[in-house]
Amino acid sequence: MIEGKAHVESLDAERELSVEDLSGIELPPARPGSSRRFTLNMGPQHPSTHGVLRVVLELDGETIIKARPEIGYLHTGIEKQCETRKYQQVIPLTDRVDYLSNLNNNLCYSLAVERLLALEIPPKAQWMRVMLCELTRVASHLIWLGTHALDIGAMSVYFYCFREREEILKIFEMFSGQRMMTSYIRIGGLALEPPRGWHQAISKVLERLVLGIDEYQNLLTSNPIWLNRTRGVGMLPVDVMIDLGVTGPMLRAAGVNMDTRKDCPHSSYELFDFDVPTRTANDVFARFEVRMEEMRQSVRIVKQALDGMPSGPWQADAPHVVLPDRERMKTQMESLIYHFKIVTEGFRVPAGSAYQVVESPRGELAYYVVSDGTANPHRVFMRTPSFANLQALGAMLEGVLIADSIAIMGSMDFVLGDVDR
Amino acid sequence: MKWSEAVLPESVAENSTAAAIAQRLPDAIVDAKMAIDGPVLTIAAKEILPACGLLKQSLGFERISAITGVDWWPGVPRFELVYFLHSLRHNARLRLIVRLEEDQPVDSVCAVWRGANWYEREVFDLFGVHFRNHPNLERILMPADWEGYPLRKDYPVHGHRYSYQDE
Repeated sequence: MIEGKAHVESLDAERELSVEDLSGIELPPARPGSSRRFTLNMGPQHPSTHGVLRVVLELDGETIIKARPEIGYLHTGIEKQCETRKYQQVIPLTDRVDYLSNLNNNLCYSLAVERLLALEIPPKAQWMRVMLCELTRVASHLIWLGTHALDIGAMSVYFYCFREREEILKIFEMFSGQRMMTSYIRIGGLALEPPRGWHQAISKVLERLVLGIDEYQNLLTSNPIWLNRTRGVGMLPVDVMIDLGVTGPMLRAAGVNMDTRKDCPHSSYELFDFDVPTRTANDVFARFEVRMEEMRQSVRIVKQALDGMPSGPWQADAPHVVLPDRERMKTQMESLIYHFKIVTEGFRVPAGSAYQVVESPRGELAYYVVSDGTANPHRVFMRTPSFANLQALGAMLEGVLIADSIAIMGSMDFVLGDVDR
Repeated sequence: MKWSEAVLPESVAENSTAAAIAQRLPDAIVDAKMAIDGPVLTIAAKEILPACGLLKQSLGFERISAITGVDWWPGVPRFELVYFLHSLRHNARLRLIVRLEEDQPVDSVCAVWRGANWYEREVFDLFGVHFRNHPNLERILMPADWEGYPLRKDYPVHGHRYSYQDE
């Protein structure tokens, strides 16, 4: 607690009020129809809602009685667009669904389609996918940390986090030419051959991250303001959270050990050695700790991938699905024809449906791809974690102060592209 | 069509969940098959609420992962509702499918899982499927005064209002 004495020069000029005095003031209870109760619109344009989210708050003074989140401001009909495109053309759309963890979405969609096609992905491609997805997780958590701290008031953390994230974005640019919307994970493997020097580049980034994560956690954990604002805030009973469909770090901070990477391993995750951090406090501070620890575990996974990366092809052996090597395409007739056919007509996927679950930085991400035997998907449904997590916002904000609501929304780490698609 | 334990296809009959449903709600399962991530059971529309209640209370499916729809127009029955269930304690997943005609309503499962609320609103918003006994069945992604159901196959990608000729 900040200790100090407030000197109030007013009627009681002789009496010095201390902070303890001021905090003990009780306001009279609100009467129905009294002027203390009103409806406030936390509009779609707001710096702390992390996107275009509208929350209609019914307030009693500073306490929220009822909160109703309204979404749909970022709805762009991605699922509808997927039905008009070829299977490989859907991948850039998946980048933009959760625009802070692009590669995780690419991976989920590619795995679902590969299930329908029954494609075997070579180990090198699987390990590269895991490595890049874990780097994406670190990048996404860095944004979460920066913006969460910024909302609560710790502005310096924001700059440090974005500086680190810049290095990770440079890695993505090195691989795919794009910083964020990489579309690097394609059906059948990767988009391009891994560039020269990627190993040293990622090692350097990891060295910085290892020191940086500890430093940023220390900046906040030893800060009494941070502790005051995040401890004991935003608690919702575990069974209510499970019933509402909440997943990810929010559930792990409540003690439930649910992580899709361990429960339904995919893309060689079972070969990596990592822990799933959990806490039991179930408040904003616990979620902060869980995400910081997840960053460390992701760094650990990337290190293992660097050390043990298998050699071999980075694309599956499926000439009717995977684009041929560019140089061969320029000189060999068959490769040119395959390239032309894949790009213009696409490839047919056997009729059926596949539901693939992965662990996004926000929780359980799943794609449900329904195929009717043609080259266009019949339906692509994106089970995005932020949509389900945001459902819990109404329940979580009941009886909470407005200032705490900002901390809670930051700890939920939702992305509106994920919510609205 | 009635499926009993003896009539379930072999791959699914071994699955204890499917067998339990077939035993306690004999009219519920209309079709069954096995997918990579677990069984896929087609449930009759009027039995979806008791089946979900049974799955949550006795068979351990505490979580509903998502609910979505698929439009098979011009095929009949037109809509296919898909329920994705997840059991944390058994680490098992289950898919339930309900086939619906064009204007056929279905019971809401919000009473079983609170998390079904927004998903059913989304299916109503984008497909026009009506859920009975839903706490607040209104549009969630589209604006409240929108006409039409965008994810239906007879709804154009660019929407009905997108026309330069009228303006």
